[in-house]
Amino acid sequence: MGEPVTLPGLARVAVCGGTHGNELSGLYVVREMERRRREEGDKVRTVSLTLVVSNPRAVEVCRRYVETDMNRCFTNAVLSSPVSDTTPYEVRRAQELNTLLGPKCSAQAVDLLCDLHNTTSNMGLCFICNSSTDWTILHIYKYIQSKLTDAPVRLLLIDIPLADSYSLDSMGKHGFSLEVGPQPHGVIRADIFNIMKQGVDLFLEWIDQFHSGVVFESFEVDAYVRKRSMDYPREPETRQITAAVHPQLQDRDFTLLNPGNPVFLTFSGETVRFDGEESLYPFFINECAYYEKGIAFHLAEKKTLRVPSVKVKKS
Amino acid sequence: MTSRNVSCFPEARKVAIFGGTHGNEMSGVMLVNMWKKNGAEIQRNGMVTKPFITNPRAVEKCTRYIDTDLNRAFTPENLSGPWDEGLPYEVQRAKEINQMFGPKGSPDAYDVIFDLHNTTSNMGSTLILESSTDHFNLQMVHYIKKSIAPASCAVLLNEHPHLKYSTSRSVAKHPIGLEVGPQPQGVLRSNIFESMRDILKHALDFIELFNTGVEFPPCAVDVFKVIERVDYPRDANGNITAMVHPHLQDCDWEPLNPGDPMFQTFDGRAVPYQGSSPVYPTFINEAAYYEKQQAFVITRREMLAATAIRKSI
Repeated sequence: MGEPVTLPGLARVAVCGGTHGNELSGLYVVREMERRRREEGDKVRTVSLTLVVSNPRAVEVCRRYVETDMNRCFTNAVLSSPVSDTTPYEVRRAQELNTLLGPKCSAQAVDLLCDLHNTTSNMGLCFICNSSTDWTILHIYKYIQSKLTDAPVRLLLIDIPLADSYSLDSMGKHGFSLEVGPQPHGVIRADIFNIMKQGVDLFLEWIDQFHSGVVFESFEVDAYVRKRSMDYPREPETRQITAAVHPQLQDRDFTLLNPGNPVFLTFSGETVRFDGEESLYPFFINECAYYEKGIAFHLAEKKTLRVPSVKVKKS
Repeated sequence: MTSRNVSCFPEARKVAIFGGTHGNEMSGVMLVNMWKKNGAEIQRNGMVTKPFITNPRAVEKCTRYIDTDLNRAFTPENLSGPWDEGLPYEVQRAKEINQMFGPKGSPDAYDVIFDLHNTTSNMGSTLILESSTDHFNLQMVHYIKKSIAPASCAVLLNEHPHLKYSTSRSVAKHPIGLEVGPQPQGVLRSNIFESMRDILKHALDFIELFNTGVEFPPCAVDVFKVIERVDYPRDANGNITAMVHPHLQDCDWEPLNPGDPMFQTFDGRAVPYQGSSPVYPTFINEAAYYEKQQAFVITRREMLAATAIRKSI
């Protein structure tokens, strides 16, 4: 067994909720953590913790966004674009967050950023990150997965090089999102809140242990790697959808979809079947916010990642 | 034996199906749009069934409403007040709809209007009545329930003086609300869509049968009658301080007993139900009701007796 990889400590951590104003679990987790801080003082931690409500104007009106989806605004191009009277609110706010938590890709950026989201899809707790070789993040995932038993816990890799990434979590030196569902937008479910709160508590617990010198053993883990997506059948001129996700696919996120399996049921009663050439894993099945993005579901392949043992680098 | 009591109603010739009263409740939007293109499925002999999108601007933006909730806008003040370009969009719309399908309370009003809704609550298929003495409607819901068995359908009665509201369907002589969930706003679920479609099919069959002169014998209808609305616990700023408890979440129509957990605070404490007797909660955790100060409504079960009905000669 090799020596553990030594990794730098994580001095500054940010937890963000309300990046989409109608995804309520993260918002209330952040508010609850702020309340505890105010009433009970800072828990003794080994990190400096920043709590952020990312999109307060969208939160106020309980909508995903007011002008543009904030979780697509964190590309280098948008973050450095000049601000004018017509700059959308979310772009200006993204630039503010870049000052507060970044700048992205700089030495001043927070060490770790966790962004909290909900989905209408039946995805349980999905840990979303951009890299298959960020050992810190992958150990955090493993820790959550081994301890959280109230929901399925899965690792989703959206393979994007840091330079091209557009989501809020790409602002930290290390970043990930916790996506918990199913929950309708604009609703707070206690069971979903409890799962998300537990996920946050667990990753903060991991960091404390990491900083205290615990060696985390190596492991292998399955990751779902996004490959492509499928849109609804639509009318060519109006772009109105002409079918719903098939009842045999609805709620079956991460259940293998084989060529020929039903995917849509048209309003006139026909079944549309999966015409891919290989079996893949569907996820984000029937996510409300993706109708306007032309996505009925995403498809992933499963890959095994090998992660070495790690410990904190003594400074 | 006393003489039989039969309520007679005129033939129901003008029927409407409203979708998109809330623009993000997708089953009704998609069904009505489908039927506007090809309405063969909803036509029956001896009557005209008109599919109609009540709130097109809200549908376009996939939002519940633009200025104000259309399904609360059909008040006497709104309907009788003078026209003004500055009126909220939905008040203008209410006046237009009242002209097209009413006027409410007049002999020219549509006979039956079905208003299609979705809810984030786990209510299954629910038929909503506004009157316990509309025997035509009571017989219709009885017929629907029998027809869809073993699938089930709850009947919610809201004639509570403070909690009832002025719905879009209320312009008709016989208004029926059709509420199907759980479905997130902005999402179309196939099973929910097909349930709603099936219920409407049976409802229209009933009207057609009624119009042919069939007499429907007296029957009893099991209803849930709205008694009270329960809000979330809130702080001084009006922010909620607790969520529907996991044991109550999704348990629409199941008894809630005194002492049962009702809410869970964000720091994990349970808040129990402190009423004096068991009640039947519904509309548990409906997204649109946070702003209306409602976590759920409390109902009591009642058996309503419907007289025999037939069409008047």
